[in-house]
Formats: sequence, structure tokens, C-alpha cells
Amino acid sequence: MSRHGHTLSPAGRAAVGAKYLSLVVASVVTLLPLLVIFMAAMKTERERATSGPLDPPHDWFNMHNFAFAFTQGGMLTALVNTAIILVVSVTGTVFIGSMTAYAIDRFRFRLRGLVLWAFLLASVVPPITTQVATFQIINGMGLFNTRLAPIALYLGTDILSIMIFVQFMRSIPVSLDEAARIDGASTFRIYRTIILPLLKPAIATVVIIKGVFVYNDFYVPFLYMPSPDLGVISTSLFRFKGPYSAHWEIICAGTVLVILPTLAVFLFLQRFIYNGLTMGATK
Amino acid sequence: MSDQRRWVARLTPWFFLAVPLAFLVTFTYVPAANLVAYSFTKWDGFSPAKQFVGLDNYAQLFTRPDLFRVFFVCLYYLAAAAVQVGLSLYFATVLSFNVRFRNFFKGVLFFPYLVNGVAIGFIFLYFFQPGGTLDSVLRLAGVHGQHLWLGDPDLVNWSLAGVSVWRYTGLSFVLFLGAIQSIPAELYEAAEIDGANRWHQFRHLILPGIRPTLSLTVILCVSGSLSVFEIPFIMTGGANGSTTFVIQALKLAFQFNKVGLASAAALVLLLLVLLVTWVQRRIAPDEGVTAL
Repeated sequence: MSRHGHTLSPAGRAAVGAKYLSLVVASVVTLLPLLVIFMAAMKTERERATSGPLDPPHDWFNMHNFAFAFTQGGMLTALVNTAIILVVSVTGTVFIGSMTAYAIDRFRFRLRGLVLWAFLLASVVPPITTQVATFQIINGMGLFNTRLAPIALYLGTDILSIMIFVQFMRSIPVSLDEAARIDGASTFRIYRTIILPLLKPAIATVVIIKGVFVYNDFYVPFLYMPSPDLGVISTSLFRFKGPYSAHWEIICAGTVLVILPTLAVFLFLQRFIYNGLTMGATK
Repeated sequence: MSDQRRWVARLTPWFFLAVPLAFLVTFTYVPAANLVAYSFTKWDGFSPAKQFVGLDNYAQLFTRPDLFRVFFVCLYYLAAAAVQVGLSLYFATVLSFNVRFRNFFKGVLFFPYLVNGVAIGFIFLYFFQPGGTLDSVLRLAGVHGQHLWLGDPDLVNWSLAGVSVWRYTGLSFVLFLGAIQSIPAELYEAAEIDGANRWHQFRHLILPGIRPTLSLTVILCVSGSLSVFEIPFIMTGGANGSTTFVIQALKLAFQFNKVGLASAAALVLLLLVLLVTWVQRRIAPDEGVTAL
């Protein structure tokens, strides 16, 4: 078709038109729900009550609702809690995932098949199905209502990162390990000085994918950290529902505040995100 | 090698695996085993006594209509998943050829997948309000009236399933796009020389080329439809007949203190997911979740 520079028949032109039409319609359907939220966040209370959702706000730079949502909605506490949990669990995931991948990919040992199988089977279990029982374990360990609860769960149930590391590790030549071994390096030294630095692209991928996941996760903090002091981004936003249920401009402002960091990360790191998802999904 | 060195060599992989395995066992396998144990008991979650009741919890699950109806709710999400796969296949195919503003369209279609679930819940609570965005758009198209998109038991699950399409189409789309782009370009050229049109290319080149990804996506969709939680919980709390399997299990456990019954429900769900995965592995043994 067009990419080969053939002149188009009327039917071909109609097909191209339909193609673009479908893309535009899909974009509108995707963006409209977001756009009306942005507009509502910049309306005053009365304006929101009297105007339709599709009407633009009078003042496109009305920041009042954002300031209110940020201060009254406990967003600062939420940001701090999310940041702590995110940094610890992402760092931990990088080490746990890469160590597991190193052991599985570079060693042949008894029970290796069983270990592999155990991780694989776990990857098909949706974690939310086992929360009824997981709750008892977290509670029994005394982690309920502490930041350690989500950290432990994020570290403990992430098979995707392990898969990404294993895949990437296969592309690192074993001859590098062997050369270092002949020079007398210990296994741990090989892991730390050869494998880990070469895994950098995979680490970047895991950090981004895991970071987005932790930032967005709702049920783990909701179930395990009900204390308002321990609110994270998701649960703090969720608490807008009660007190502001008649004040949609505040809820919309809170929602926009939560989406903006995601948008920034997406715009700057698009390629890593796409690659990471495809890497995790295919062999 | 001395005995000592052989032992060290033998233990090395376990040194790396100790922490990951401890986490795996503690937070996946022990809970799964406990789930089985709890499911045969009547337990409130905190008292020391667990009364053994045999298969009574399972009998309740399959005979009490109020408990059994959650099975039907997941059918709406399965239908949504089919729409999602269809749409993402179409857009992945279209955008794998030369299109103006390709990256813009790709970004727009994908972005919802990254948005926080609670934010999505609020976005669509606002969207579906009576007289809200959806009603206003419909009025522009000539359809008047206010609808209780989330209040009417006949509409609510369609509305919520629609949100799920909005949220997840981007993910399967990007996965398909990645898979299509890994098909060698020479194959398309050869096909065009042979006079294959776009449909033939899709049917005989793209579809076979992305089969592993397609099969993985179908599994993700099916197990996702069975374990829907966030969107209906945030938006309706399970009201008006929108309670899903997971909402029900968590409510039974944490609101009504029926841990035994909740465990049985969770276990049935878990077995369903495992069954679906197993069937998929039988049909297509070399494809799907075997990424390791």
C-alpha cells in the first residue's frame, strides 16, 4: 500500500481512511475520560456543579483544588511512604531476582528442576487468591500495619523479575565467568563484579516495571496497612471517596496529582517500559 | 578436589537461592497449603479453635445461590477480554506498518495500563455519573436521558467490564506489537511478491508468528477475568450485583470472619486458574508461561 508508493485505488484510499478513523476514535475514547478529569480539577465548586463535564474550565490555571487535595488528602505522607516502600522493595527485587537467575542459569545442581518448577508454578498463582491465608502469616510475623508487610510481599511474590533476569543472563557469555574463575575469583565475586554490571539493562527494566507496579498497587497496602499514617498513594487517594464524595473537583484534583508522576515517567522512559513488558512476556 | 571444596561447590547455588526460596515458600506455598487446611474448617480467623467441618464449605459454595452467582459475574469480564484481544490485535497489526503519528497512537493506546487503579476507579466513577461524561457524549449523539450505569444491576457489570477493556487493551496491544515486529521483514516482502493482500498476510504470517504471545495473552486474560478485584471494589464495592469472586472471598474473610468458607472460595478460584493454565499447556506445550 502507501509505504511502497503505489498510487491508491479508491478502495485503497477508503481503507486508509478507515484505518486512520479507527485510530482517532480509539484515541478519543482513551483520552476523553482523562481529559474531563483534568478539566474538572480546575473548576471551582460552583462551576463544577453548574457546568457540564464536557465544558472547559473558566480558568485553566486554577490550582486551588490541587493545593487542597495535596494538603488535606495527606499526599505528602503518602509520597514518603510510597517512596520508602518503593526503594526498599525495588532494590531487594533486583538482588533477589538476579541471585535466583544466577543460580538457576549458571549452575547445574541436584533439585534444580524442582526449584525451577516451584518458581514457575508460583508464577501462575494470582497472589490475590491466597491473601486470605497470607494475611494470617503476615499477622503472625507481627508485620500487620507496618511498612514491612508490603515490602515482604513485594519481595516474595515477584516471579516476573526473575524471568527477565534469567532471559538476559542467557545472553551473557559463560566464557566470561570461566575466565574470571581461572583467575581465581570466587562465585560471589563473579556475581558481583561480572554478572551484576552486565545485567544493567535488565536491572533498568526491572526497576521501571516494578516501580510502576509498587506505585500503583492497591490491595496490599489496603489489606495490610489500614492505619492512616501508613497511607500510600493508592490508599490515600482511595480515602478521598468518603469525605469528598460530593466534591468531585477535589477528587479529580487528587486523581490528577496521582497520574502526573506516571505520565512523566512514561514520557521519559517509554522505550524501557515497552521493552520490559515484551521481555517479560516472551521467551 | 578435596572433600571440603566439593561441598562448597555443591552448596554454592543454594547460597544464592536461600533468600529467594525462603520468600517463595513463606509467601506462596505456605499460604496455599494453609488455604487447603482452613477450607475444611469453620474458623473466624482469630480464635484458637478451628472446628473441622469436612466438605461443608465447598457444599455451601456450590449450593447457595448468593455465593454461586459470582461465577456468572466473571463471564462479563471474559467477554470484555475477548473484545480486548480483538482490539489489541487489530491495532497492533495496523501500527506495525507505516502509519503517521505512529508513536503518538501507540503511546495513547498504551498509557491507561500504567495508570493507578484507584485513579482509574475515580476517573470512571466520574465518567459514568448520571448526567456525567458518558451521558453528555450520548446526548451529543442524539441519545437522551440519564442512565444509572453503575446503579442498574443490568448495566453495572457491562460498565465495569468496559473499564477493564480501557485499562488492559494497551498491554496486550504492546505485547502483540513487539511480537509482530520480531517477524522478519523479508517474509512480508516475499508475501507481497506472491500477491498476498493484508488479510492473507495477517492470517498466514502475523497470526502464526505471534502465536506464543497470543496464547500467553489469552491465559493472562482468563486468569485476570477470574480474579477481578480492583476496579469493581473501588467503584461499587461490589454493590448492585457487581461482586466478583475475589471481592466475595475477601469480604467473607475480613468482614464476616468466615475464614474457612473464604479459603474454600479462594481455593476453588486458584484451582480454576491452574486448570486453565494446564489446559493451555496441553494444547500448546511450547508456548506461553514457560519463560524460564
